[in-house]
Parts: sequence; structure tokens; C-alpha cells
Amino acid sequence: MDMKDSSPASARRTFFTQASAGVALLALAPGVRLVDLALARVQDEPASATQRWGLLVDVDRCVSGCDACVSACDTEHGLDGNERPQTDAQWIRKVDLVDNNTEHQLSLPVMCQHCEEPPCVDVCPTGASFRRADGIVLVDKHTCIGCRYCMMACPYKARSFIHEDLTGQKTHAPRGKGTVESCTLCVHRVDRGESPACVEACTDAGHEALVFGDINDRNDPLATQLAETTTRELRADLKLNTAVRYRGL
Amino acid sequence: MKIAYFQSVSSSRGYWLISAIAGVVTLAGLLGAHHMENAGHWVTGMSNQVVWGVPHVFAIFLIVAASGALNTASIASVFGRDDYKPLARLSALLAIALLSGGLAVLVLDLGRPDRLIVAMTHYNFKSIFAWNIFLYIGFMFIVGIYLWMMFEPRMNRFSARVGTAAFIWRLVLTTGTGSIFGFLVAREAFDSAVMAPLFVVMSLSFGTALTLLIGMLIFWINGAAIDPALAQKLRRLLGFFVIGVAYLVAVDHLTRLYVTGHHQLERFILVDGGIYTLLFWGVQILLGTVVPAILLLLPRFCQRGYLITAALLVVVGALAQVYVLIIGGQVFPLELFPGYSVTSTFYDGVIAHYTPSLAELALGMGGMGLAVLVTLIGVRILPFVPVQMAGENQD
Amino acid sequence: MIWSGLFEHWSKRRSCAIRTGVITVGLVAGMALSGAYAQVSQPVFPSARGEQCVEPVDVMRRDHFEFLKHQRDKTVHEGIRTPRHSLAGCIDCHADKDAQGRFVPVNAKGQFCQSCHVYAAVKIDCFSCHAARPSERVSQSP
Repeated sequence: MDMKDSSPASARRTFFTQASAGVALLALAPGVRLVDLALARVQDEPASATQRWGLLVDVDRCVSGCDACVSACDTEHGLDGNERPQTDAQWIRKVDLVDNNTEHQLSLPVMCQHCEEPPCVDVCPTGASFRRADGIVLVDKHTCIGCRYCMMACPYKARSFIHEDLTGQKTHAPRGKGTVESCTLCVHRVDRGESPACVEACTDAGHEALVFGDINDRNDPLATQLAETTTRELRADLKLNTAVRYRGL
Repeated sequence: MKIAYFQSVSSSRGYWLISAIAGVVTLAGLLGAHHMENAGHWVTGMSNQVVWGVPHVFAIFLIVAASGALNTASIASVFGRDDYKPLARLSALLAIALLSGGLAVLVLDLGRPDRLIVAMTHYNFKSIFAWNIFLYIGFMFIVGIYLWMMFEPRMNRFSARVGTAAFIWRLVLTTGTGSIFGFLVAREAFDSAVMAPLFVVMSLSFGTALTLLIGMLIFWINGAAIDPALAQKLRRLLGFFVIGVAYLVAVDHLTRLYVTGHHQLERFILVDGGIYTLLFWGVQILLGTVVPAILLLLPRFCQRGYLITAALLVVVGALAQVYVLIIGGQVFPLELFPGYSVTSTFYDGVIAHYTPSLAELALGMGGMGLAVLVTLIGVRILPFVPVQMAGENQD
Repeated sequence: MIWSGLFEHWSKRRSCAIRTGVITVGLVAGMALSGAYAQVSQPVFPSARGEQCVEPVDVMRRDHFEFLKHQRDKTVHEGIRTPRHSLAGCIDCHADKDAQGRFVPVNAKGQFCQSCHVYAAVKIDCFSCHAARPSERVSQSP
């Protein structure tokens, strides 16, 4: 899949304005999924700081009791668990809220917020926690020594420590005992031009409570929505400038 | 000038008995660590809620105590108090031994202790943990040099200068250890500038208590006793350190009590936190602060038995304090949504449970065992222990 | 330039010679001591799919871990997922199938990675995290 003639920025834009780009590309690629072709970054080009991937969670659209995003994440990354809820990994979780004064009820997913100033990256002694150029916060499990300082530092409880030996890992989601992990924003999918599994699942379930895109791209539907409506960061007091924003909270 | 003569501890039944006990405890720690690494951390009480457990309690206690153990040497060479000199060498050895014990526990509790080399070759200089690696290694190095200056007569004249460097280093080191917690902005229980000075004063108290206890043990093995005059000085000193810790603990809690947003956390620790409340009031405050303060500061309790009791209580209170600080601070949930009641599958909004397993308790205790073992090996091969205490006539 | 090049060449040759010498001496000593000369056999593993490897065989034998490490850093930190030097790429060609047509992990006994690493006495822990079978089949494997 050679895309050398289109810059990553324009490739990205095409994805988010599929309707217009689709007409041109349909003729080019019969039988190939439009999304795959339209969004893929040139394979040997590094992630770039011109982009910043983000998520918008529309709390009003998120349905209490629905955990399509959570199951999709578990399936995508092979987070089977061992029936030990205290130690099993959870990259994304549904949180149910009740307003203490009004008893108004809300439901929303919480995952790694992909901060611009991530405390986990600050505290990591080996630099295994890092922020990729395009804003995705990841753990390089090759250099993670399992000290769990990042878990102490994360304000969102977004990280899990792998407490036991694993088998049957997915090729695109290597994970193993003794290291820390968290939501990767489905970096393997983003790198081939797809949106994260949770977002896809939410859309497939008909809720469309999750919007994925490039915060830096003014033409991106995510950036447009962020510009048009009031959204909130979790723990905004910490001024971490998260890439995950919540609307209706 | 009073001169102290030193000797190495000779072989005796007491020596081998204590060595054997320390060895067994250390071995049990290694077995515990092996089990944890082999099976994974799910066999401990630790979880995704409580990520640092009892091994960290012991490790932090030992590391904090290590820098404090150097006190006696510092008083002798930095502040020129010759009457502390007889214990100077031993206190420096203890500093190294306690640090070794603490670091061993810390490393063996890692998810991937086999990657220790990665921690030595990859540094993130914004991480306080990474600074601490340097601070610990540097501390060992400086104290090593310091010991050399004290041992080698031709180098004695430099011992004050190296001692000063070691003293400054140890203050920075404890500040660094305190900042591991103090800079955790996400967690209410830790995020406080008081952490660094609190850790410094804790180190003075824990270190002095351990110097007294292990010092007395070594002297007992060697068939001697600590000079009563020196013991009395250390006794008063420990008393003041205990009061100092209590003062900073009070400041820490009062600050949080003043801020409305922190009331729930304070209520948890001080009123209805179950085991944590019990440990705080019963062990840390009553047994670890009030009782030893009375025993250490009132003249009528000047006998050796009271001193040993007080020092032991300080150590027990210290462990309780670190436990309440580290574990209590983690079991209290993070507040992501102020004003809302929260439920989830990932223990949001609930007090987490933590019960240490045998393996992790063994690992923690193993660090203590290793510290004693290192001390015993040290005093056996080099002249650390004074023949007669300074102040007595020996010429 | 010429001199430094020559020197580099010479020192490389020399270190190589020393290394070979040490290894030879070690091997000879080992053989003499154990008398197990005849029992040490070359590793045997299933042949790979495809025409040829991404690099010449002798280069891969010597430097495959360098390629893998380089690629691993590029993938994890920069998102460059070219298959040429990737572990997944190796596995796709080198994983064998059993009698039922299912893929066998490359780190199973007698398989590509395991057989050579046992022979060379080099322990790897790639597969405590990474899948040892080609990607599409992972979910179907028992």
C-alpha cells in the first residue's frame, strides 16, 4: 500500500471528510476498504507532531449499562483476565456517576487521557513511559522495569500492572508479566489509518458517543466539535491538557 | 583530645547466633521475592489499586533510616563532638548496611528485577526516582570514602570535610526520598511540600533508634556496653527527634484539615479508616511517639531497659507511620468527579482492600535481615567497634 | 581518512581474530573436558516460507537482533511498522505448521527461534510478551 504521493496531513484530512474523498478513491481501489486506503500514513514515516490524536466523549450519548467500548478494547488487545478483578488489567472502564445534590445520573468511559504533560512520563525512571510525537502516551515495555511509579502518579487510575504470566497475546498488542500498560489509543490501528476499537464499537452500537480525530486539524470533525461546544478535561485543575475531552459533564 | 581505639568483633556464640538469625530472615526474604517474581505480583496483596505494598514500607523505612544512621558520625566530625566518635565508624557502616537492605527490597519488588541493568543505563532525568538512583549510589560511595578517612590515620585530617559532604548528601538524599511522594500531584495523601522535611526528620529519628539498637546488639556480642554518658546523649537526641516527627506529622494533617477538599481523606485516616486509623493513633502516635517521648525525655526513665524499649517502640511506630502513609494513601480512592458518587468495575470511589501476603512480608523483613547481616560481616572484618569508650581512661 | 579506515579495519579484524581465538580455545577445552564432541549437533529447524530472507543468511545469523532492536525502537516510539525487520515479519515466514495445519509457536522445541538459541545458549524473553505465531492465527490457536 504505497501512499507516497499524499502527505500524511492530507491523508488524514481525507479520512475525516470521507464523503468527498470517497468519490475520488472508490475508483482507485475496488475491493479495498476505503478507510484503510484513505488514512494510512506512509509506512516508513515517523509519527509527527503536526498531529495530535484525541477523543471526545459525549456523555449525553453514552448509555448506562452499555460496555461496548470496554469489550471491544478487551477483544482488540486480548485482555482476557484471570477472573481476578483486583489485579486484572482494564485499559478502559465504564464509570457510573450520581450527582450528590440532584441525583442526576451519568455514565461515561475513562481511559488514559493522553495528557500533553503526562505525570507518568515525568516520573518514569527509565523513560519507558513516553509521549509519542503525535500525542499518544505509551509504555515501551522493553525498558519498563515494573516499578509502578507511573501508576502512583497517574491522576486517572488509567494504568494496570500485569500481575501474572500471560499466553496467547495478539501480535499487535505485546504484553507480559511485570510491566505496566494502559490504553494505547489503539496506536496500531491509528498507524494504519483506522480509528480506535472503542470508537468503532460505540459507533457500531449506534450511540456515537466517542469521536476520534486530530485535535490540531481545523477541518477534522473532532477539532470542529471541540471548537463549537463546551468540553471538559478530567482533573482540569492539574493543567495536564488532556487529549480526551468530555462533553455534557 | 580523647582517642578511641577500635577492634573487629571476634568470633563468639552470640555473633554466630545473631548472624544465623539474620541469615535465615534474609533467606526467607529471598524465597519470598523468588515466589513473587515467579508467580507474578498477584500472589501478593498488591493490586492495580494498591500498587506499592509492604515491601515498599520496609524499603522506604530502611532507606530513610540509612541516611539517619549517619547522624552519629556527622555529629562527631561535622559538629566536632568528639564524644560521639566511638560510634562514628559503626554509624557509617549502618548507613551503608541499611541502604543495602532497603535497596535490595526495592529492586526485588520490581516487576522485572532482571532488568536492573536497564535502570542503570536508561535515565529520565525528570524522574525523582532516577535522581534517587544517583543519590543512593553516591551516598554509598561518599560514605565509603568517609569510612576510609576515619580508618586511615593519615587521612583522618580529611574526615571532617568528607563528613560534611556526606552530611549534605544525606540531607539531599532524604529530601529526594520524601519527594518521591511529595511530588505526586495526583494523590491527596502525598501531594505536599511537607513530605521532604518530614522525611528528613523521620530519618533522624529512625536512624538514631536503629543506631542505638543495632549498636547495643553489636556491643553485646562483643561483650561490652555503650558508654552510659554517650547513651544518655543519644537518648535525649532521639527524644527530640521523636517530637520533631510528631510536629511535622501534625502540620501535615492540620494543613489538610484546613482545606475543605481534603476533609474526607483526613476523616478516613483519623476517624473511620479501620486498620489505618488504628495504626495511626494506636501504633504511630501512642506507641511510637507518646510513650517513647516520655521514656526518652523524662529523667526518671534513664535506665538501659527503658532506652531499649523506647528505641524499639520508635522503630515499630516508624513502620506503622510509613505503612499508614504509603498504603493508607493508596487505598483512599482518587477523586476524578468531585460532587458525584462514583461506581465502576475498577474500584473507583471505594476504599481499596490490602492484606499483605506472607511472601511480601518475608521480602520486607528480609531487607532488615540483610541490613543486620551486612553490619555483622562489616564489624567482623574491620575494626568498627571501640575497645573502650572515649572518656574512660585507657592510656 | 584512509588511515582511520585502515585502523578500523585492522582493529575489527583483530578483535574478530581474538574473539575467534577465544571461542576456539573455549570450544576445544570444552570438548576435551566433556568428551561430548560428537553429541553437539547443528540445530535443525523447519524451513521458512518464501524465496529468500530479508537479508543474506550470514548477515541475519550474526546481526538479526540488531535489526530487531532497531526496528523495535522505531515501531514503539515512532510508529514505523514496516515489516522488513520486524519480529512479526520473521514469524510470518518462519512459523511452521503442525499435522493439523495449525501454526506452531516459533519458540516451541525444535522450532526456528528455539532450536538455534538453545544451540547458541542465548536466552531470549521476546515471547513472554510477543505472540510466537503469525498474527491471523493467534486467536484460533489453542
